[in-house]
Amino acid sequence: MKTNRIILLADDDFDYLFQTKFRLETAGFTVITASSQKEAEQLIEIGGFDAAVFDLMMENDDSGFILAYKTKKLHPNTPVIISTAVTAETGYKFDTDNSWIKADLYLEKGVESEKIAEELKKLLKSQNYG
Amino acid sequence: MDKLKILVVDDEFGIRSGIKRIIEKFEVDYPFMDEPIGFEVSEAETGEIAIEKIKAENFHIILLDNKLPGIQGVDVLEYINEQEIDSKVIMITSYASLELAVKATRQGAIDFVPKPFTPQELRASIENITKQLFLKQMTSKLQKEGKHIRFQFLSLLSHELKSPVNAVEGYLKIIKEQKNGKYVADYLPMIDRSIERLNAMRGMIMDLLDLTKIESGQAKRNPVPTDIGEVAKTCIASIKPMAIQKDVNIYLNYNTKIIYDFDINDLEIVLNNIFSNAVKYNKNGGRVDCTIREFTNKVEIIIADTGIGISKEDQNKLFKEFVRIRNKETSKIPGSGLGLSIVKKILENYDAEIILNSEVNKGTKVTITLTK
Repeated sequence: MKTNRIILLADDDFDYLFQTKFRLETAGFTVITASSQKEAEQLIEIGGFDAAVFDLMMENDDSGFILAYKTKKLHPNTPVIISTAVTAETGYKFDTDNSWIKADLYLEKGVESEKIAEELKKLLKSQNYG
Repeated sequence: MDKLKILVVDDEFGIRSGIKRIIEKFEVDYPFMDEPIGFEVSEAETGEIAIEKIKAENFHIILLDNKLPGIQGVDVLEYINEQEIDSKVIMITSYASLELAVKATRQGAIDFVPKPFTPQELRASIENITKQLFLKQMTSKLQKEGKHIRFQFLSLLSHELKSPVNAVEGYLKIIKEQKNGKYVADYLPMIDRSIERLNAMRGMIMDLLDLTKIESGQAKRNPVPTDIGEVAKTCIASIKPMAIQKDVNIYLNYNTKIIYDFDINDLEIVLNNIFSNAVKYNKNGGRVDCTIREFTNKVEIIIADTGIGISKEDQNKLFKEFVRIRNKETSKIPGSGLGLSIVKKILENYDAEIILNSEVNKGTKVTITLTK
């Protein structure tokens, strides 16, 4: 199951961070974590990860977008997933194609959290990253 | 409220002037309205003229005869409907058939007054619609003011309530899939975290209830001369278990008995919230100092801690609902993000002031000033 792929994971909810890390590690990924947008920004600068999963709302309502933007700018070929609990309650629909925010996928927190490992594998494979 | 505009569409001059006379003398009154609502009447003798007038001007109410020389009343109604014109239509007609009534109602006519009608029948119908219009107008005005704030509050609330649900559900799924071993013991930290999140959620629901009570004005305040030091003592006692866990000492300093008119419940909520912050966000082995001082014109309650402090940037956000300062130090500390907004709302009722001074890594000082 070892994939040797490194995932950058940012979420300010301690438990969600723990659970997602746990799931990704179980799926064979190596995970580096950030518990805030600020921390994640530093890790994006350093680089060295193959894909990233960002929570949308951290210090700012759009932290995930900012992080996705910065990741794509510095590492254009790195897939980014934004996980959010926001879509359902606000009715926002994020369009992955025509926005300046270049995330590859949006996952709804909670409902789809088990899917993250699977989706990451798909993204890493189909887009022939790395 | 300005006069309501009414358009009377009828080919008979006698009917038009009769209706005009009845309505222009008429006023609709509600006990809670500042002033009664009056009416201003325009006339149209054909459906075609009516449509021209409707295009040029907004009418609140249209009294529409069906039997007209050119196009029929229902055709005018259809036009109003198609153009989505926001007028209430009352059909007046001498050849009232069920079929016509059904058709007109389907096209959006709100009332049906058969000819011949008495002035009283006409007035009743107009009064009815006027009250509806008035209430609708008031509601939309109130909604516009409240809607935005409420929407923000609700989306924040649902987000904050969803987070613990997601966290607990996440742990349960991991446990169900037995991802971390076969024994309950393999999952104890996850179970503990789940319980902690559920407790925090319960706390948030209690806070929300407090907030709702304060905001709706339902909380019955009963300000009585209250010994502030005594209340502080009670609050400190209730926070003790948490303080012992964190090895935080709490000191209470006051020289004389200080009495101030306060609802004891309110004061307890305020002090509990601030003490609990002072302990929760303290460092292990830290301290909390509560000083109560009386001056000639005011009473001051100061609660100072030696905790992690709050950055200048974050201090501005603190009193807003659901704001929790998130960083490495606070990530595992449970909280609803409602405490300080509750405190602020309560203190507003006493015209009291709350000031927060804080320095990162040094601590936070909260000063409440009660004017005498």
